[in-house]
Amino acid sequence: MAAPVVIVMAVLIGYPLARGFYLSLTNATEANVARDIGMNDIPASYDFVGADNYLAILTGEVGDFWPRLAWTVVWTVVCVVAHYGLGMALAILLNRPIRGRTAYRVLMVLPWAVPPFVSAFIWRYLYNHEYGVINAALENVGLAPVAWLNDPTVAKLSVIVVNVWLGVPFMMLALLGGLQSIPREYYEAARVDGASSLQRFFHITLPGLRPVSAPVVLLGTIWTFNQFPVIYLVTGGGPGDSTELLVTYAFRMAFQGIRDYGGSAAYGILILALLMVMAFVYQRSLWRGGQAW
Amino acid sequence: MKPRGAWQTAEVELFYSPNLENYTQVLTSSSFLLWFSNSVVVAGGTTLVAVFVAATTGYALSRFRFPGMRPLLWSLLITQMFPVAILIVPIYNVLAGMGLINNHAGLILTYLTIAIPFCAWMLRGYMDSIPVEIDEAGRMDGLSPWGTFFRLILPLSRPGVAVVAFYAFITAWGEVAYATAFMTSESNYTLAVGLGQFVGQQKAEWGMLSAASVLIAAPATVVFLLVQRHLVSGLTAGGTKS
Repeated sequence: MAAPVVIVMAVLIGYPLARGFYLSLTNATEANVARDIGMNDIPASYDFVGADNYLAILTGEVGDFWPRLAWTVVWTVVCVVAHYGLGMALAILLNRPIRGRTAYRVLMVLPWAVPPFVSAFIWRYLYNHEYGVINAALENVGLAPVAWLNDPTVAKLSVIVVNVWLGVPFMMLALLGGLQSIPREYYEAARVDGASSLQRFFHITLPGLRPVSAPVVLLGTIWTFNQFPVIYLVTGGGPGDSTELLVTYAFRMAFQGIRDYGGSAAYGILILALLMVMAFVYQRSLWRGGQAW
Repeated sequence: MKPRGAWQTAEVELFYSPNLENYTQVLTSSSFLLWFSNSVVVAGGTTLVAVFVAATTGYALSRFRFPGMRPLLWSLLITQMFPVAILIVPIYNVLAGMGLINNHAGLILTYLTIAIPFCAWMLRGYMDSIPVEIDEAGRMDGLSPWGTFFRLILPLSRPGVAVVAFYAFITAWGEVAYATAFMTSESNYTLAVGLGQFVGQQKAEWGMLSAASVLIAAPATVVFLLVQRHLVSGLTAGGTKS
């Protein structure tokens, strides 16, 4: 019964992956891959170039790999820390018996339900320099408008805000589920022993959340590292290419201008390698802590 | 619900004599409905196939021990790490070779690469929570493995299947990168690509864009609110049992 998935995985993922790897070792571009023009089949005419693509990328000859990696890492770390921190704070708040708890929860979850491309467009509108709601609000209280998407640093900040806003609900929900699985007796026992609320948080809540935290932080990191719609739709990578992540850049390499399939494939393989190393180290460090998930 | 030019005045006022002009505009004089139905076809197709394949896989992974099982499990997880960038070029080339560029079947095939691994992973976690005794009882009563699956396990997994179906649908509904790269003619656009047309280089139709956004987000939100409770328990169940 595993046959369908083995076949599907092999055809849909294994084959493209192998082919992608092969392409990354060639100089394939739009101009030399096999294609049909009208009735004519034009055979592929690209060559095997070995590790040239990788060398060109890693030496910074094409694609500004290192600065872009630095920005991608900053983006990932800031976003995931904010997701986790805010998600945790909100989860703890909403785990208390307060009036209208369900309503709050539903409200908090809404950003997750709206398709990300819709959110991205709405944020782009909010950030609009001349007509955006944020600048209008600033002007109404007598402040100067800010060019949210036109200055590299501010634009980076702006896209981070959008992604944090998008990612917090998932973290919050997952952590809320985790919180509810921690037995209440632990807290009662700690209170009897005179533990402060901070001590309770660090010695009961955090360890208790670990089975939930470990996978969602890993998933969140991967998702953020590979975040496409936010960057592509809010800033389009701009101004210039200052907000372009590794992923959106690889996409642009393959589908804009001279379509550099070989280079883009090499970029993709490098991204995958980075993520696999990251996941491996992460899992290892969890094992060392004595608990595998 | 503002007049089309209203956004150009940059004043914060909640209602400028609200009317439904933007909505009628979106529904009648743009390709919104066409894109909407394209999205429904693509997301629906993805959901159907993904759920079927993922359910059988989840069951196999949950019940049977077979050679290559651990690598298969790992590969399901690792595919979650694939950035679009790595598969998009080869898939583009493969689809181009099969003549499936600018074709909805091609897009569905692509989305399956995202949806199936994750759905299978989650359904395995869910099916692990169904006691094996149920299978054994079914076997005793003379059901074949497929019979056990279809008559006993699948009905029992309905909540898990619902969550997975929702996930597959939402993934396909909101995907941007593949859709942008693969759909080349405007009549084949999905909503994610089509909506970009409202915010062109020169002139942005913010009014129409917002109206369209509301129309897109509303149904997804309603369904989401219905399943969100299961969604999280499903996610964490799949994630923590490795």
